[in-house]
Amino acid sequence: MIHDFLIYFLLIVLIYTIIVMSFNLAVGFTGLVNLGHMVFFGIGAYASALLALSGAPWYLAVPSSALIAALSGAIIAALTVRLKGDYFQIVTLGLVFIAVTLSRNWISLTRGALGLPGVPPIFKDSLHYMIFVMAVFALSVIFFYWLTNSGTGKIFQAIRDDETASSVLGKNTYFYKILSITISTFFAGLAGSLFVHYIKFVDPTIFDLEFFVLILSMLIAGGLASIQGSIAGVFTLGIFVELIRFIDRVPLLSTVLAQHPELIGASRTMVYSVIVIYLLIFRPRGIFGRVEV
Amino acid sequence: MILSLKNVSKTFGGVKAVNKCIFEVEENKITSLIGPNGAGKTTVFNIISGLAEPDSGIIRLGSKNITGLAAHKIAKSGISRTFQLTKVFRNLSVRDNMLIAKKASDDEIKRILKSIYFDKPLDTIASELSYGQQRLLELARALLMPHSLLMLDEPTAGVNPKIRQELKTILRNLRKEGKTVFLIEHDMEFVMDISDTVIVLNEGKVLKVGKPKEIVKDRKVLEAYLGK
Repeated sequence: MIHDFLIYFLLIVLIYTIIVMSFNLAVGFTGLVNLGHMVFFGIGAYASALLALSGAPWYLAVPSSALIAALSGAIIAALTVRLKGDYFQIVTLGLVFIAVTLSRNWISLTRGALGLPGVPPIFKDSLHYMIFVMAVFALSVIFFYWLTNSGTGKIFQAIRDDETASSVLGKNTYFYKILSITISTFFAGLAGSLFVHYIKFVDPTIFDLEFFVLILSMLIAGGLASIQGSIAGVFTLGIFVELIRFIDRVPLLSTVLAQHPELIGASRTMVYSVIVIYLLIFRPRGIFGRVEV
Repeated sequence: MILSLKNVSKTFGGVKAVNKCIFEVEENKITSLIGPNGAGKTTVFNIISGLAEPDSGIIRLGSKNITGLAAHKIAKSGISRTFQLTKVFRNLSVRDNMLIAKKASDDEIKRILKSIYFDKPLDTIASELSYGQQRLLELARALLMPHSLLMLDEPTAGVNPKIRQELKTILRNLRKEGKTVFLIEHDMEFVMDISDTVIVLNEGKVLKVGKPKEIVKDRKVLEAYLGK
């Protein structure tokens, strides 16, 4: 049982880290606060589920779903990245509501609120799947380290610090912002695909804002513009969030929670909210961040 | 002549910031653009560098019409500029700030930095530099980027007298090297000391173009700008 839990925990943490790193590329490295980032995670999950359920092998479904998410990201970015500050955030937040509406009402494709069950797993036993996800995770980390230290990565960071200065130095900021969102959404879609092949089910709750808040909290906790920060943020908050599962076994608390079981679920959100508030006050750059939130 | 503006106008709401502006900037010279606050100097700079689109008029860099081109295309055409309020990439190192302008070796970067009396290590994060050092870094970045025209928006604003004096030397050295510099400046002593040509702007229009000695004696300029 402990073995199964550890595999579950590691799998979730590895998948979440890919999401947070991809989110960090847009927010921390390029300064594009894409509040609709989890939409592309959902697109990846739905695309992979639909492809796999229609008989496509995983080695086609997984990369294709990431590419579908990236293409969607590129189109959305081309339409929105010229918007400045709050306007960009409001529009990208609107994507979440569009995604929820579409996934609930496009019944012929998504089966609405019933979701898509029976997504075939890539490996039958979860240990092998964990090793596979670990390999994808390792390649993702290497890619993000390479990208963020490359010339293109430095241009992303220059745009974050000052877009006007970047443009008068000959950089086509519109192109680079689209590129950043495209790469970022590719990895969000990839994570969504890995997630759905593990959970074997997807429904519109994948777009829930609560999930986004968790990912955002992990990003803030780890720190902006830092790959090691993304990893640290997910592991730190991930451990806390998972430990909450056992909160009803803590003496004293167990009595209270036995009388008010509804507090068990809420306490999870409360714990990571408290951690994020603490960090914002006492360590505004997060654990490893190089840029203030 | 490297830069020419013909009948360039720009309106913000009901305000004519630039009104049928006509002037030329000569090659291998230092040309200063002066005028009272609100005269439209920075708007002219923004229009030339593509950060604002003119309502009408034509801008040429050499023989190329650059009117209304995007800022990054104008930069690639050969215009390099700095800003009134320093725009360094605060979270990047000195080296990375420079590399955004152009791929260059550490030796080339150090050579440019040395030429403008900048002596901080390349790994220093830009936000850790003093304001004056940040202005120098911005100037170094503009110098590193391949250009035929260097535009400086109030290079002496907010810097200490030592750096101000160094800036004079830097600009004179650039002229010696055959560079063309076009600058906005409020410090009249600085302008009169280093400029080959001065363009006076008032209410968006060119009031007078001439040599510094002619400008200081011009009655219209004195009335409009110096208030005498």
